[in-house]
Amino acid sequence: MKRSAVPLVAVLAVAALVGLLVYGVVTKSDDKTLDEAVAKGQRPAAPTMTLPVLGQSSKSNSLAAYKGKVVVLNFWASWCDPCKAEAPELEATQKRLAADGDGTVLGVTYRDASDDSLKFIREHDLSYPSIRDVDGKLAKDYGTRQLPETFVIDGRGRVAAIKRGPVNRQFLDEALAKVGA
Amino acid sequence: MIRRALLVLGLACALLAPAGSLAHAAPVQRTTLADVEDEVMCVLCGTALNISESSQADRERAFIKQQIAQGKTKDQVKQALVAEYGDAVLGTPSGGGFNAAAWLVPAAIVLALLAALAFIVPRWRRSARSSTDAPAPAATPALSAADTRRLEEDIARYER
Repeated sequence: MKRSAVPLVAVLAVAALVGLLVYGVVTKSDDKTLDEAVAKGQRPAAPTMTLPVLGQSSKSNSLAAYKGKVVVLNFWASWCDPCKAEAPELEATQKRLAADGDGTVLGVTYRDASDDSLKFIREHDLSYPSIRDVDGKLAKDYGTRQLPETFVIDGRGRVAAIKRGPVNRQFLDEALAKVGA
Repeated sequence: MIRRALLVLGLACALLAPAGSLAHAAPVQRTTLADVEDEVMCVLCGTALNISESSQADRERAFIKQQIAQGKTKDQVKQALVAEYGDAVLGTPSGGGFNAAAWLVPAAIVLALLAALAFIVPRWRRSARSSTDAPAPAATPALSAADTRRLEEDIARYER
């Protein structure tokens, strides 16, 4: 008896859609790879990317430029209220690192217009450099979903500490002690 | 010589005249906030900018107005938005991976519907053709004499 192929095709189509849904949920879920590794006491390699410097679009900068130095990588934006609260702590850290020659704070702006970011820098009197992650690709590599987020990176380019949320003095002191700064 | 120069001048005028009239017929439209607003997203809210009311949406609107004030076209304003906020501001899924599903799934559904039509329509036509080719049902059997008489009586009674 000849049977219609329609039910089989319908079942395959539904299975394909369900598979697509599962794939979407898996790929779009938060990337916790770095967090899990750091929680286990490991130091995973810090993702790096060359990006334009805020306020100097003709220039670019990346983590690789700070090889041998400690980097406090901070994702921020002018529209982010908690970023305003942590800015003085980050500036104090920048002054300390620069004075000791140990490293730098490196800001990464996320989905923020340059003029707004520059205004934020002026208002908070920030002296550390920032790069612009316009497409959010670097943020994606760090599993960044909400701002602010901070990653303390040792002189060998490895992530030593992570703070998903605003940093405070205690976190920065402990994280910098870990990386010998 | 003069005649030839006049002829060339006349031809040049004839060629340039339509261009001039076209320029008048299609004046360059100034870009407006509304033109751009309904085609871009508020990058933080994840909603279309024309329905977003957050402070970020206001910043994006201010940015668009600034670009319009510089005399930029709609496309140029959108390019400037992408340069500041990334592809997310366009609200169209970009890149590969799962985002490609946003384009591929509708295309696959359309193809599946077309394939289903291509499969079903010939069957309908075949079944319709076979129903017309089928022998006509047998003619109604003739009434008996008694039935004919009773029918005529009923009709006569009805017409009275």
